[in-house]
Amino acid sequence: MNITEQRSQPWRVELRNSIKAKDRTNFPRVQMPAQDPKVRCTNNLEVNNGLTPEMAMEEAKRCLDCANPTCMEGCPVGIYIPTFIKHIEKGEFLEAARTLKETSALPAVCGRVCPQEKQCEARCVHLKMNKESVAIGHLERFAADYERESGNISIPVIAEPNGMKIAVVGSGPAGLSFAGDMAKFGYDVTVFEALHEIGGVLKYGIPEFRLPNSFVDVEIDNLRAIGVKFVTNCIIGRTITIEELQADGYKGVFVGSGAGLPRFMNIKGENLVGVMSSNEYLTRVNLMDAANSASDTPVFLGKKVLVVGGGNTAMDSVRTAKRLGADRAIIAYRRSEEEMPARLEEVHHAKEEGIEFMTLRNPIEFIGNEQGRVTQVILQVMELGQPDASGRRSPVEVPGKTETIEIDEAIVSVGVSPNPLIPQSVMGLEITKWGTIVVDNDTMQSAVPIVFAGGDIVRGGATVILAMGDGRKAAAAMDKWIKDSL
Amino acid sequence: MNKIIRKVHFSENVIMFEVEAPLIAKSRKAGHFVMVKVGEKGERIPLTIAGADLQKGTITLVIQRMGVSSTKLCNLNEGDFITDMVGPLGKATHIENFGTVVCACGGVGTAPMLPIVDALKKAGNKVITVLAARTKDLIILEEQMQELSDEVIVMTDDGSYGVKGLVTNGVESVINREKVDLCVTIGPAIMMKFVSLLTKKYEVPTLASLNTIMVDGTGMCGACRVTVGGKTKFVCVDGPEFDAHQVDFDEMLMRLGGYKDMEREDMEKMKCASENLEVRN
Ligand SMILES: Cc1cc2nc3c(=O)[nH]c(=O)nc-3n(C[C@H](O)[C@H](O)[C@H](O)COP(=O)(O)OP(=O)(O)OC[C@H]3O[C@@H](n4cnc5c(N)ncnc54)[C@H](O)[C@@H]3O)c2cc1C
Ligand SMILES: Cc1cc2nc3c(=O)[nH]c(=O)nc-3n(C[C@H](O)[C@H](O)[C@H](O)COP(=O)(O)OP(=O)(O)OC[C@H]3O[C@@H](n4cnc5c(N)ncnc54)[C@H](O)[C@@H]3O)c2cc1C
Ligand code: SF4
Ligand code: SF4
Ligand code: FES
Repeated sequence: MNITEQRSQPWRVELRNSIKAKDRTNFPRVQMPAQDPKVRCTNNLEVNNGLTPEMAMEEAKRCLDCANPTCMEGCPVGIYIPTFIKHIEKGEFLEAARTLKETSALPAVCGRVCPQEKQCEARCVHLKMNKESVAIGHLERFAADYERESGNISIPVIAEPNGMKIAVVGSGPAGLSFAGDMAKFGYDVTVFEALHEIGGVLKYGIPEFRLPNSFVDVEIDNLRAIGVKFVTNCIIGRTITIEELQADGYKGVFVGSGAGLPRFMNIKGENLVGVMSSNEYLTRVNLMDAANSASDTPVFLGKKVLVVGGGNTAMDSVRTAKRLGADRAIIAYRRSEEEMPARLEEVHHAKEEGIEFMTLRNPIEFIGNEQGRVTQVILQVMELGQPDASGRRSPVEVPGKTETIEIDEAIVSVGVSPNPLIPQSVMGLEITKWGTIVVDNDTMQSAVPIVFAGGDIVRGGATVILAMGDGRKAAAAMDKWIKDSL
Repeated sequence: MNKIIRKVHFSENVIMFEVEAPLIAKSRKAGHFVMVKVGEKGERIPLTIAGADLQKGTITLVIQRMGVSSTKLCNLNEGDFITDMVGPLGKATHIENFGTVVCACGGVGTAPMLPIVDALKKAGNKVITVLAARTKDLIILEEQMQELSDEVIVMTDDGSYGVKGLVTNGVESVINREKVDLCVTIGPAIMMKFVSLLTKKYEVPTLASLNTIMVDGTGMCGACRVTVGGKTKFVCVDGPEFDAHQVDFDEMLMRLGGYKDMEREDMEKMKCASENLEVRN
């Protein structure tokens, strides 16, 4: 059923007409209940507590069930937004979850981490009327959580096993969503992961207080239940090559190896002890559990921590530092707050937690003591100039104006580049100058026909929902490609 | 999970393990390493693949007891499993017929040197191996090195075995005696620094295999970064071998010391824990 047909079902028409549109727009937007900022900076529990069923149903009333739901155009995977929301309004929460799963493999994750204010919610008709958009992300999270907690997780229909082996490189959102769809089509799917944990950035990057690992594990268990196999500690291109997989009878390979290579600023003092990438910091804390005294992996517990950058990774690092006992946890960002790429909610949360924002500041040098430990940073003061290619106003130096502050730890979070392991080890792939793999936009197929790719290895650092959408697109295309070539 | 097939004590603090890892055994080359983790809350540590047996599907690791993680590993026995092991990682050693090669190893640097000596010899080089340690008991793998090299020079700081002197004295004696085309050095950073200074003086091209601190070993974190020729490089993916004359050893030494205090505390805790256990037993 397409969205228009869904919308004309009698129950939808009746529900729509039960409250006047004008009244719907006048209801206030729901406030997500959250842990008290003072308390949550001392624990690692999720910040948001989730909506109650009553709150979700109230919020769902705000949605006008538009004839032309522009919100859907803002969603990279085209979730049937009004349909799932109207199910919530009616109290049919499991039905809402089922609607989400028609297009999204990881609604509990995306409801939490999507930059909604730039995607679906940015296109909600309410904004045109100067009202706050419908809280689509909160509702999505609610429906997905409700389904999981109910224990009634809908089991997808699986096609007859066709015995054909498919390999997936990397277990991030791209690889997981690809694996799920291929298993549903009847393939024998094995996911190979370089690390000792499954989940990619969802596990080693995004912290527990934003996305609890147990939710990611539920998704992984669901995949296991439909026959997907996982092999950890296995690097494709190293432990096993793609040629070997092919020789072993694998009919297709999907590469979702992510953008794991951290960038540095190449400034003086960046290799001092106590200066590290956000990947190093978050990997130590999230993957290796370094802050737990039972863990063998150490991590610096800085008291005056400077984090450089304005994206989600920077916010996650600075808020982690706060939780690990920093007295001062500071963001230094070279543009102004308006240009920050991080999710709006994270910036709000960070401020509530007492994170200091030093915007229009760019580090130009780290200074250390005799032991080589970082003790200070020199920040160049910036101002906003003309808009650059990305449309953001580019920062320019204010000549001669610098500031020096005392720090004992610095975390560099200025972006990542594609993981070079696969591009380096597979012959015949077409690689851009940024190190991403070139694929066909519609099929995600690379220059090596058996290899499809998606997520950050194709896009550079992007988002969970885009990675997931790529995985699903690639699965549909690979299925067709294999069947056409039989 | 990888099973330990054989355990040999080279000395009190140096253990050799033969571990089941058929895929790694097949794909590894001289110079590659693995990341190993013992226990659920274990640390990931890098270890060079000292050898492989394709028939048995095993690889050889030689481990020196240093701190908590290497001690946990050394305490495992035949039949035990290593929780996680991944590889082969790093760039393989570039092997060709250079002519005469001096391989200078100190302490546990001897183990990772073994496969390099083997490969260099097979490529037709004349290989002179300098084995150095503080004292006689710390000299390991001498027999194996004798078998693979054209000549082995043993150096001890205290003169308890071989020639009294440092590894650099050994290398210099060879350089003074014949034309050396390449020097390869593996060992403590401070030792590699001095070997590098020496060979620079004599203009002998030198490779050093760097043993920086690592977390993932796959290029994801940058913990292993060093400055080589003024540029930041990641040892796990760009190395571990680099042109020694370009490496900023002072910076590397500084970075290696980064977690010393925390590691000492952890080691104390582990000792206390095991003492408590003994008391209770
Ligand atoms: C700290 C942080 C916070 C973020 N916050 C958000 C957010 O709030 N919202 C949002 O939408 N996005 C966020 N992102 C971005 C988002 O996580 C990524 O865009 C997304 O995870 C990309 O998915 P992926 O599947 O392409 O790769 P990844 O999640 O990176 O997974 C790739 C996996 O492949 C493995 N791998 C790599 N090479 C190999 C190989 N050769 N063999 C086997 N395995 C291999 C890696 O170990 C890894 O596990 C964040 C990223 C970070 C780092
Ligand atoms: C590419 C590579 C290959 C290696 N191959 C081998 C090998 O084949 N056999 C072997 O025994 N060791 C090898 N090492 C070194 C080994 O990884 C370290 O000894 C180990 O990580 C120490 O861990 P630990 O917890 O036992 O000691 P820690 O508690 O971490 O450290 C104890 C002491 O050792 C120092 N130290 C920490 N890490 C290193 C390091 N990477 N190198 C040197 N000193 C360090 C610390 O500063 C501290 O003083 C290799 C290292 C690298 C990078
Ligand atoms: S997946 Fe993301 S963009 Fe799409 S509707 Fe959900 S929250 Fe919005
Ligand atoms: S645009 Fe807003 S009001 Fe309209 S259907 Fe989408 S969420 Fe509902
Ligand atoms: S160990 Fe993490 S990048 Fe080298």
